[in-house]
Amino acid sequence: MTSTQAETAPEQKNAASRGASKPLVVLVGNPNTGKTTLFNRLTGQNARIGNYPGVTVERRSGSSRLDGNQLVEVVDLPGTYSLSARSAEEQIALWAVLGQGQYQKPDLCVFVADATQLARNLYLAIQLCELGLPLIIALNMIDEAGENPPNTEALSKLLGVPCLAISARRGTGMSALLGAMERALGAGPAPELRIPYSAELVRDARQLSQALPPSLRGDAGREQALSLWALTSIEEDDELGEIDPGLRRATLALRAHSQRDLDQEVIAPRYAFIDEHLPELYRRHERHPRKRQLSERADRILLHPVWGFALFVLVMLVVFQSLFSWSDPAISLIEDAFAALRGALEARLPAGIFREFLTQGLISGLGNVLVFLPQILLLFFFIGLLEDSGYMARVAYLMDRIMKSLGLHGRAFVPMLSGFACAVPAILATRTMERQRDRLLTMLVIPLMTCSARLPVYTLIIGALFPPSRVFGLVPVQGLMMVGMYLFATLMTLVTAGILGRTAVKGRRVPLILELPPYRLPSLSGTLKMMWERAWSFLREAGTVILACTVALWVLLSFPRADVHEAPSTAPAAAVVQKHAPNAPLTAEPAPPSPIAQSYGGRLGHAIEPVLKPLGFDWKIGVGLIGAFAAREVFVATLGLVYGIDETGDDATPLRSRLRAETRADGKPAYTPLMGLSLLIFFAISCQCMSTLATVKRETHSYRWPAFMFAYMTVLAYLMSFSVFQVGRLLGF
Amino acid sequence: MLLSEIQIGQIVQVVGIAGQSSFRRRLMELGLVPGTRVELVRVAPLGDPVELLVRGASLSIRKAEAGVIEVASIGATLASEAKSAPKNVGLEPDLGV
Repeated sequence: MTSTQAETAPEQKNAASRGASKPLVVLVGNPNTGKTTLFNRLTGQNARIGNYPGVTVERRSGSSRLDGNQLVEVVDLPGTYSLSARSAEEQIALWAVLGQGQYQKPDLCVFVADATQLARNLYLAIQLCELGLPLIIALNMIDEAGENPPNTEALSKLLGVPCLAISARRGTGMSALLGAMERALGAGPAPELRIPYSAELVRDARQLSQALPPSLRGDAGREQALSLWALTSIEEDDELGEIDPGLRRATLALRAHSQRDLDQEVIAPRYAFIDEHLPELYRRHERHPRKRQLSERADRILLHPVWGFALFVLVMLVVFQSLFSWSDPAISLIEDAFAALRGALEARLPAGIFREFLTQGLISGLGNVLVFLPQILLLFFFIGLLEDSGYMARVAYLMDRIMKSLGLHGRAFVPMLSGFACAVPAILATRTMERQRDRLLTMLVIPLMTCSARLPVYTLIIGALFPPSRVFGLVPVQGLMMVGMYLFATLMTLVTAGILGRTAVKGRRVPLILELPPYRLPSLSGTLKMMWERAWSFLREAGTVILACTVALWVLLSFPRADVHEAPSTAPAAAVVQKHAPNAPLTAEPAPPSPIAQSYGGRLGHAIEPVLKPLGFDWKIGVGLIGAFAAREVFVATLGLVYGIDETGDDATPLRSRLRAETRADGKPAYTPLMGLSLLIFFAISCQCMSTLATVKRETHSYRWPAFMFAYMTVLAYLMSFSVFQVGRLLGF
Repeated sequence: MLLSEIQIGQIVQVVGIAGQSSFRRRLMELGLVPGTRVELVRVAPLGDPVELLVRGASLSIRKAEAGVIEVASIGATLASEAKSAPKNVGLEPDLGV
């Protein structure tokens, strides 16, 4: 079937030369053209999500059966307005359609265009046509094109490739598309489109094509197209990958010596071509087509300075409220189910190490993973609806002024807001941003937002160590502390984003170019599919790490086994306690050490006490901090174990009184409000959450960024707590 | 005149784009080449960004960046196409180039 291609391009690894494997079809097009909807239509239930090599851009692939029962592999390329690129992620489109580097050469490219915005879409179509690829054009959303739709025959004649009108959402034109794909697979590459560029530019391109590496060589038309690509992509400071050094040198030399406006010389003739031929494609042509009436009417309200903002706040409140409280019943259900499972196993299995491993390690770990599902599903339900309807772009439009001052994109708003509920779904939500640098920066600061797991810790510390009095007899101190913690964390997030954006995640500041797509009815099935995909990839990739960490923490806090029959003085753990006791007046208390105190974790708590002391923490808090790594709220339970209080419950009243009663050797309270403040600040900033780190690892596909995140947050938390405690002591608190 | 200086609802024509090369290239690729008609649709409630209508698509860019785009009123650049009130020009179906 694809033998003609194999003959014309023998060096390239397409399906024919690979032998019996499925032909590869790639979907390429502008963002918001319904590419993914078409992909879902074509592949049905068997889509796979992976990553492009080297960049954190998702790669969707799946197989599809064409009309004649032929099986093809379909890949959904990231949406792009142009093939020219400045970064490795923008480069994917060209590399994938050509089959460069690690990409398999496609046997067919399907260009998905928005039939209602043909002029802009045609720019990318021209670039593809200039390359002479095996190509067909699917004019999507034809159902929205109204009474003046573009003429597919005229477009097909103009570009020299088959062209069909479809509606991926409604499923119209699909069998015609499958048939056209089948025919195009046999037909081989389309003739290259020639755009009338200036003679000087053609000369430059010919000169530059001498520097093209063998893998980019081809006939004259393709070489010119690739030379023009190099001229509009390669720069001194681009972030492209796998660019031949010779081509880079030649391009930079040509650009440097040229006195002309090369960008305009390349781009303007393409639009001149579009402008010249656009009237042929319509019965009635408008020089300045208006915005769609319905969308414009909606925007008059939704982007209104007063009503627009009021509705925006309302929508965000619903999203936030759902994450914060509506997910609660489902979370409780999962927690209760796992508690019941633990209980059932404990009742049936004999006591011992195996039972404990099963209940406290494995099942707790599974619970720790699944407990994130309600929030992830809910957040992506809303994101799906917001993206699909076109409102997400408006959120970015409304919020950009604020996010800009942090060096962030308007699209960072929803992930940041979600961070107030939980960092894990919030980090997953950074996928809605296009640039890797924006995603990374947002990811790195999200864990500083006050997530709901910090609340039990704040409640315990504030309740135990701050007086229930009122300031000026009006404002309760404890409530004020809570509000203060939220404000403090938000301020820290903003400052940190500003600093990291100028240091660790520098990257180029890219000017905002935001498309406001027409409002459309969101598709529920697409949204459900995305929810499932996000949840599944989280379970598979981050879940396994969280599970492993839970088991590791269990080992840390349960071994070596405390032997009740052994005298404490001979136990190794007790020896550690004894050794540290004289140097640490905070720990001088007569009660026998609890099992957790003798564990590796307990010993680690002792070992790090000298480091924690300048912050005002003793070893017990240290053990609590280690336990809190599983999830911040576990701090409460771990501290309960250290004090031998089994039932910490929701309000943790026994633990609160115990903390208040704790005394030092000199009889003064061990935990002062100053130490409480220091601990609050430590919790506000430090990265006490392995699930967050596991999620960052999954999203960045590296250990480098989670390691960096852990390091910067821990150091920052330490320094802040240190300053607060030491300055407070100097001031006599 | 600069794109950041025009009135809401005004339709103008691009003369040229200055500024950082990657940005001007991206804008040109989205259709803002010299000669293209642009309408300033609205300004975001917080004063930034601005919404433009270019070739039937709504694009938003920040004010600072709109300030590097040189535009001219349509009557001034295209005498041959001169139509009495620039405000109404884009709203009429075009009669061809």
